Amino acid sequence: MKKWKWTNLYLIFVFVMLYVPIIYLIAYSFSEGERMSGFHGFTLAHYAELFADTRMIQIVVDTLMLALLSSLIATIVGTLGALAISRTVRPLVKNTVLSLNNILMVSPDVIIGASFLIFFTALKIPLGFGSVLMSHIAFSIPIVVLMVLPKLQEMQQSMLDAARDLGSTNSQTLARVVLPFITPGILSGFFMAFTYSLDDFAVTFFVTGNGFQTLAVEIYARARQGISLEINALSGVMFIFALLLVIGYYFIQQGSQSRKAKHRKESEAIIHEAAH
Amino acid sequence: MKKNTATSLAFYVPYALWIVLFVIAPVILIIYQSFFDIDGHFTLDNYATYFQSGTYIMMTINSVWYAFLITLVTLVISYPAAYLLHYAKHKELWLLLIILPTWINLLLKAYAFIGIFSQDGGVNNFLGLFGIAPKQILFTDFSFIFVASYIEIPFMILPIFNGIEELDEGYVNASRDLGAKWSQTFTHVILPLTMSGVKAGVQAVFIPSLSLFMLTRLIGGNRVITLGTAIEEHFLTTMNWGMGSTIGVVLIVAMFIIMFLTGERRKKGAKRA
Repeated sequence: MKKWKWTNLYLIFVFVMLYVPIIYLIAYSFSEGERMSGFHGFTLAHYAELFADTRMIQIVVDTLMLALLSSLIATIVGTLGALAISRTVRPLVKNTVLSLNNILMVSPDVIIGASFLIFFTALKIPLGFGSVLMSHIAFSIPIVVLMVLPKLQEMQQSMLDAARDLGSTNSQTLARVVLPFITPGILSGFFMAFTYSLDDFAVTFFVTGNGFQTLAVEIYARARQGISLEINALSGVMFIFALLLVIGYYFIQQGSQSRKAKHRKESEAIIHEAAH
Repeated sequence: MKKNTATSLAFYVPYALWIVLFVIAPVILIIYQSFFDIDGHFTLDNYATYFQSGTYIMMTINSVWYAFLITLVTLVISYPAAYLLHYAKHKELWLLLIILPTWINLLLKAYAFIGIFSQDGGVNNFLGLFGIAPKQILFTDFSFIFVASYIEIPFMILPIFNGIEELDEGYVNASRDLGAKWSQTFTHVILPLTMSGVKAGVQAVFIPSLSLFMLTRLIGGNRVITLGTAIEEHFLTTMNWGMGSTIGVVLIVAMFIIMFLTGERRKKGAKRA
């Protein structure tokens, strides 16, 4: 019992370490004054300032739109990719494609940013929203593939055979059997792609021109100029948003797990009945 | 059959296009670009400069050294945390709490530390309680390593946690039943069996640590120069893309070395088992 307590203490220490900076940041968003030192009394002025800052609001909206659009497209392409990989029979081709898939996962952001910058310049694609969108789609696709692929491998061949035996066409099998089964994987992939996009700074920093800003790039520019408690207020808002996203993600995962459990129960019940 | 191939072709096209345009082409382009000087002439000068001028070599060694320190710090903190997490009650909830900070933008976390480490910030105020005079914490090597480790910790905990989850509890019990001390069980059973998680974590932390240019700027105060900083500088400030690409190629090579060192050799082991 004693040991159990001691170990919990270490975990709590790690959590305190992880959360202190975030709490510090948000706490000062309510402080009067202009600096992150010596709490000067409660105010909501920085939040008022934030919501009156139309440029900042526009950037937040742009960032969210970008994340939504890029993760949506990445999810579609990534799911198709996962379907393609799962259909590949030859192991050499499969492994090569998987290795290529993972290159962008392990590449440092700077390399992705720099090489995409060369790529867009070579093709004379203007830097701005378009180039940023394409980059975000590109670096989000592999994670979608990695989230969907295990679901496809989990799927039993007998289900597909059953669908075919019952006379369904390929597209019917895909729409009615395969897609519903892999939906949890697709949703996880979408969520991961969405966070990748929201979280990215380095790649965007390389491929965005002067016309288009994301939140991360804007924060970088402002942070280099020094502290402004408006950014703290923004952190408060972003934290709530992240919290909601995490809760959403948690429920999606729980949902897929309980569905799995339900399936298991159902099949157990069927077996049970058959036995009787 | 014909229809079959047509539909599967439709699956391949967008994904294949992505691989060609955004995976293969950029890598080739960055290697190609590294053979051009600032005026667009084909040359091997960039590589000559890189290997002959001591500064680039020193910078690379420095960058690898910092990445090593960051990885070491995160590993030392994360392994026990992941291990304890495995045995904790409500571990899904704990795990979620670990992931949550990674959903806060990296820049915001770096920005928080500008406040915490500043002359009149949280840490110096705290030290002041004990009568210690304010110290310069921001823009030091320490602050860079601290903040980088802070940011990378969740990315180390997760793979190690997954590795420990895969561990068959039977081995641990068997080792204990056979009279091994806890330390023996740990070094001979638990650690070797969770090595794949550690390797994945090292890979997930070491490679990004080579390229954290925004942290070197905001927290390291340009005192720390990593490979990432150098690439950013060459691409976006001095516009010497050739030299930037050369350093990029070095970074790619470093990446492959790390992937080789931490790579899965499980296949062999699995065959044997």
